[in-house]
Amino acid sequence: MRWAWWIICAALAVGVPGAARGQTMAMGDRTVYSYVSFDEFEYRVGPEERPVELDALAWIGGDLNRLWVKARGERSTRGGAGEVEGQLLYGRVVSSFWDLQAGVRFDMRLGGGTEGRTRGLLVLGLQGLAPPWFEVESMLFVSHEGDVSVRVQASYDLLLTQRLILEPELEFDLAAQDAPEFRVASGLSTVEVGARVRYEIVRELAPYVGVSWERYAGGSDGPERETSLVAGLRWWY
Amino acid sequence: MLGIPPFPAQILKTVLAPHLSRRGFFGYGGTAAGIEGVNRLLPAYLRSGTGLQRGTPDILDGSDGPIELIIEETEIRIDGRRGWGTTVNGTIPGPLLRFREGDEAVIHVTNRLDEDSSVHWHGILVPNAMDGVPNVTFPGIRPGETFTYRFPIRQYGTYWYHSHSGLQEQTGHYGPLVIDPAQGEPESFDREHVVVLSDWTFEDPHRILTKLKKHPDYYNFQKRTVFDFFRDVAAHGLGAAVRDRLEWGTMRMNPTDISDITGATYTYLINGEGPEVGWNGLFQPGERVRLRFINASAASLLDVRIPGLPMTVVQVSGQHVRPIETDEIRIAIAERYDVIVEPTEDRAYTIFAEAIDRSGFARATLAPRVGMQAPVPPRRERPLLTMADMGMDHDMAGMDMAAMQPDTAGVEQGAMPGMAAGHDMAGVAMGLRPPGTLPEETMHGPDTHGKANASVPMNTRSRLAEPGLGLGEDGWRVLTYADVEALHPNSKLKDPDREIELHLTGNMERFQWSIDGVKSSDAEPIHVTLGERIRLILVNDTMMNHPMHLHGMFMELENDKRAGIPWVDTVNVKPAERMSLLFTADAPGPWAFHCHVLYHMDSGMFRVIHVMEPDAHMGHDEE
Repeated sequence: MRWAWWIICAALAVGVPGAARGQTMAMGDRTVYSYVSFDEFEYRVGPEERPVELDALAWIGGDLNRLWVKARGERSTRGGAGEVEGQLLYGRVVSSFWDLQAGVRFDMRLGGGTEGRTRGLLVLGLQGLAPPWFEVESMLFVSHEGDVSVRVQASYDLLLTQRLILEPELEFDLAAQDAPEFRVASGLSTVEVGARVRYEIVRELAPYVGVSWERYAGGSDGPERETSLVAGLRWWY
Repeated sequence: MLGIPPFPAQILKTVLAPHLSRRGFFGYGGTAAGIEGVNRLLPAYLRSGTGLQRGTPDILDGSDGPIELIIEETEIRIDGRRGWGTTVNGTIPGPLLRFREGDEAVIHVTNRLDEDSSVHWHGILVPNAMDGVPNVTFPGIRPGETFTYRFPIRQYGTYWYHSHSGLQEQTGHYGPLVIDPAQGEPESFDREHVVVLSDWTFEDPHRILTKLKKHPDYYNFQKRTVFDFFRDVAAHGLGAAVRDRLEWGTMRMNPTDISDITGATYTYLINGEGPEVGWNGLFQPGERVRLRFINASAASLLDVRIPGLPMTVVQVSGQHVRPIETDEIRIAIAERYDVIVEPTEDRAYTIFAEAIDRSGFARATLAPRVGMQAPVPPRRERPLLTMADMGMDHDMAGMDMAAMQPDTAGVEQGAMPGMAAGHDMAGVAMGLRPPGTLPEETMHGPDTHGKANASVPMNTRSRLAEPGLGLGEDGWRVLTYADVEALHPNSKLKDPDREIELHLTGNMERFQWSIDGVKSSDAEPIHVTLGERIRLILVNDTMMNHPMHLHGMFMELENDKRAGIPWVDTVNVKPAERMSLLFTADAPGPWAFHCHVLYHMDSGMFRVIHVMEPDAHMGHDEE
């Protein structure tokens, strides 16, 4: 199932730039652009499951209106347990630095005892640049069972050199209800703090290493903490 | 080659070295075959470096009859590397078009591309249908078609031509155009060279624009690092360093954001040669040599100097000015500066053209003989934008805040359009300041130009007397707009009938560019009445330089020289600057007005100024 998101991303990436080309006569200010970014695609050492993690997004559109696809997931390389999540959103620029997004999210559990469990959610989000230059994504979710949750992600680029960049990152999920099948506990459901150092060989391609600390409140045996070393590849086009 | 055809004697007393060895001239780099290749790919008037002679191939003399131009994709070579360019008659830059004031220009342009093309005659006063702007003045030239441009030459000076279609200008579709004055030149000279400055990239310019839309800092490899922060802490203290970062961060702007596209992809060219090969121009010691600088770049402002050789500026925007001696000139995109230099020593000089963000440079050599080289100066340190570029001076000394009026974006002062007939209270009665004077420092009004604009400066003021970002600290003279004065004062300098204020706006973080927050495809034309005298007030609300160009009519730059204010067709508006220009709407039709950073224009920093007959004007509401 998670490969479906790869296929969507790939289709966007291949199809859209071609479509955007043809214009030579008109001014370019109505050109449609597309973007695909695999912000995190990494292997984690530390947790027993040795998971592979993905955090990707794509958009297509003009200056004001864009269609967004977001995909993320985690899957153990030892046993195949994990989860994938996809979002399809309409986004509109609402201010100089912020996009308002609305759409749907689909979650699916992989492997283990909850294999194949799915849920749908409605999404309302605000994504943009907060002073002093934090990349911020904040999302409100309501599941088809009425579960309400909020997710906030923020990151910041610290330039060690022009190509070597340290990116601290914070993410947390707040939930109003328990949803144990999806490892969600009410309250501060998950917290992740990470720092990754990437080297931009070219802007589009940057291998990275880093550390990540996570706390899940919704584990089957109560809260779990995990510290991982991560190694991955960030790329976009 | 030595036969000098009829040519004004004062322009050319060219002395030719009889046995030029091209290999010797280039001196280094590449094999002999490679060098021959380089030479074939340059127009002939630039090959030997001996100066401009009539009769040289690729100097197309419009006085001799119709000119044929062919636009096509051609394999070219820049600094030894092969690429494909959009060429005019097979070379970059294209052929030199030469006219005499009073000629009738007839130019057949054939498009051999597989997409539409066009030629715009930059700065030339042509009938609207001959201006060459697709979708504004004509439909464009379809693949395989030939379009004939025909217009009278009513002016003199140094100009250029380029595509106005898509991003073709970036890939090589440009060339010089020189018109000899009917009255003769006011300044004598013995020899002349055209010096076409440009920026070349082996990347597809559409790809560049796409990258900028996704990551606007893609080409900026001169950002401030963590270690710069530590250095600032050591120099200025922790509090000051943190405050500085917070101020920029709060605006979500970057003080190193000087050029969108940098030396990371650009090779800067002089007369089609990169800095490794380097173009070579000749002189004899003791000669007065006229250099016709043309910045034909797509996105690069260039700072030009010739170490050891002062330059006397004699023309700006193709118009005579009172001679001014200087050492360095910031030449914005599409501007032309004609200078006279008088090298007396038997030595070589480097013409050094440094990108304003210092990420690269072009260089050429002026020398008495081929094969000579002069030292190439080091690039200076990348400057930083300051809070003054954001219109946020903390030092407001001398400013009477209470007296400052908020600006009038979207509001026009002076006579209402369509009321011109029998309306004698226009201008003076409405309290417009006298022509030729500087605009007052002004607080920005409440209109922040919507979400397509990142921020607005707190106050905007004239910056004509400032040399510009990164200049003026080197111990030598730098030309400013405040220094430029028309050679022949305009004794009939007319009062403006009304003012039109336009704000240059944008959002670097999304790579969106606009005027008054509205991009070109969403904007209505600005209507003016034929014969109307307009004061155009340009306010740069962004932190970047915008070289603004008006088609079809010269503008007079109000730099406080009163009757001596200079004529310009392109003028660079600095960050947070308020600039005032006058023009008389004497050319009917829709004319383009735009930023000459190609990618800003293409993204929407473009307007049509429509000059309409008085009765045709009724019923149109102004913006």
